[in-house]
Amino acid sequence: MAGNADALKNAQGDLRIESVTKRFGDFVAVDDLSLVVPRGSFFALLGPSGCGKTTMLRMIAGLEQPTLGRVLIGETDLTGSRPYERPVNTVFQSYALFPHLTIRDNVAFGPKRRKAADAEKQADEALALVQLSHLAARKPAQLSGGQQQRVAVARAIVNRPEVLLLDEPLGALDLKLRRQMQIELKRIQSEVGLTFVHVTHDQEEAMTMADTVAVMNEGRIEQMGPPEILYDLPRTPFVANFLGQTNLIPVTYGGRDGDWQRVSASGRTFQVAAARTNETSGALALGVRPEKVRIHETEPDGRGGLTSVIGPGTVADVSFTGVSTQYLVDVPGFGRWGVFEQNLDVERIDTRVGDTAWLSWDAGHSFVVTGGEELHAGMETIDEAAP
Amino acid sequence: MSVMAHATAAQSGAGEATAKRGGWTPYWLLLPGLLWLVVFFIVPTVQLFTVSLQSQFPDYPGYYYRDVNVGNYATAFSQFLGHFGRSLFFAGLATIFGFLLGYPLAYAMAFKAGKWRNVMMICVIAPFFTSFILRTIAWRQILADEGPVVSTLKFLHVMPENGRITETAIAVVAGLTYNFLPFMVLPIYASLERADPRLIEAGGDLYANGFTTFRTVTLPLSMPGVLAGTLLTFIPAAGDYVNAELLGSDISTKMVGNVIESQFFKVPGGFPTAASLSFTLMALILVLVMVYVRRFGTEELV
Repeated sequence: MAGNADALKNAQGDLRIESVTKRFGDFVAVDDLSLVVPRGSFFALLGPSGCGKTTMLRMIAGLEQPTLGRVLIGETDLTGSRPYERPVNTVFQSYALFPHLTIRDNVAFGPKRRKAADAEKQADEALALVQLSHLAARKPAQLSGGQQQRVAVARAIVNRPEVLLLDEPLGALDLKLRRQMQIELKRIQSEVGLTFVHVTHDQEEAMTMADTVAVMNEGRIEQMGPPEILYDLPRTPFVANFLGQTNLIPVTYGGRDGDWQRVSASGRTFQVAAARTNETSGALALGVRPEKVRIHETEPDGRGGLTSVIGPGTVADVSFTGVSTQYLVDVPGFGRWGVFEQNLDVERIDTRVGDTAWLSWDAGHSFVVTGGEELHAGMETIDEAAP
Repeated sequence: MSVMAHATAAQSGAGEATAKRGGWTPYWLLLPGLLWLVVFFIVPTVQLFTVSLQSQFPDYPGYYYRDVNVGNYATAFSQFLGHFGRSLFFAGLATIFGFLLGYPLAYAMAFKAGKWRNVMMICVIAPFFTSFILRTIAWRQILADEGPVVSTLKFLHVMPENGRITETAIAVVAGLTYNFLPFMVLPIYASLERADPRLIEAGGDLYANGFTTFRTVTLPLSMPGVLAGTLLTFIPAAGDYVNAELLGSDISTKMVGNVIESQFFKVPGGFPTAASLSFTLMALILVLVMVYVRRFGTEELV
């Protein structure tokens, strides 16, 4: 038994989730989920509230046990073991700092439980890493939210866990502080080289920080990969909508020309790279990211080439955001399109609501996903509060 | 001239009153409570204090004159030192037993009871629906020589054939523990119920097993409740005389409360002694509580 405990404590390697299912009564929180998080990587589990990402995290921590399946680190099976037996630490959403202990004692809590002789010294080093050495003697209530967050990180990494879990760690911070902490966490991760599993519903946060992002929906992983690839070539409407904004229109399949596929909608034919076509049968949708779309006051000459054009449409909204200007354009037959245009010109923008406009994009940026009822899946996540 | 001056003063007074009406309202609302305290607490306390310093007319038992007879305190203290010690000892034991019984109960109510929580809460509070005296008399039946507890213990040969529980310190401490148990349970329950379960999870996450998490996280988090519970048990238990009266013996288990009672009502000329005993007890408890709160105070806890 002691040998088993040591094996758990010293487990090393990739974090492996094997066909894990978690049910709460009739509700399936995590549905047959499998994934491998390579050792030392920064992994993000991204999804809307209630998608099962926090449940998955709690199963890795040992705070919940899977109904089916296994959780492993390297070859060591963690399933069934208690949280305190696992080489895994969590940065809790509400930080969960012990209010009765000083900051130093909070951070030294883990090392002390593991009977480290130099627990205090380790704690001071961890506090130095998060640049909070000067507050070591204070109590958590005397610290600001951002400082508490950094203490929570220090309290977890001081143990050098094999896997560090972050449960929406930046959710309670304001935007500016959140940006700062994102950079800070990345720095810490590259300095200590631990495996970080970060759970968040904020797509920007996931993309900024993680090497690999897994987009979760209804207990399953919809798509997983480096953020650039997820963003550039989403495989489902959910991923397309959840990761940034997308113009998605229903299309029908029209056949193949070498490396290109043809799809058509409202009498127009669009070319899509064959490699960027996820589906060719059933209900399909064509997607283009708004920043890939250009807006024109006159009809651009793009037909025949690899430029797709739609229009004329009517400008419904113009919002200036500093770095870019966002347009909403109603194009008959294609619905409402979003366009982000970087403000590169010297002249002031003179496009106004009500103006006629054409839209164009490089056909190489288009992608095709399944359409139908799923078209709007994953939308309107911006207003959604953290769980 | 004086009439005019008067009028001016009245006018300015009226003006001030209008301006400050909002400011005075809280004090008006406080007035009934303050009056109550003055009439029924401050005045009797002062009265008691003067009684505690009175001297007896020689040769006229039961007649006193106003004096500053500090000797009353010396007599009271030296004569009834044993009763003071017994009171503090019994109250201390009742507090310890109350804590040992009450903490697990409060813990179960806060974390394990689920839908039974309200039922357990009612069970803790229900005894308050009957009188304190009646419940103590009931204990006399429970612990009686022919009662269930004694006969069971005798059957198991844990107790000698001629042994008894009533009229002993055991009965008094048992009665004190029982009577003040809810005052221990409720504050501890309140502080445990307020504790963030994530903190307990965090303890487990940081390599503390169940017992260590309890010792290093849960127990410290509930300290404000423990502090309140122990004070609410110890203070009234130290001054209690009902349990010693009803469950104890006539000699060996008398507490200070019993002495004060008998000095007041049974011993002729005992008034100054009883008053000085009351004051000594009050001061003693005050000092003990202050030391205790200084030592275990958790005002830093948020």
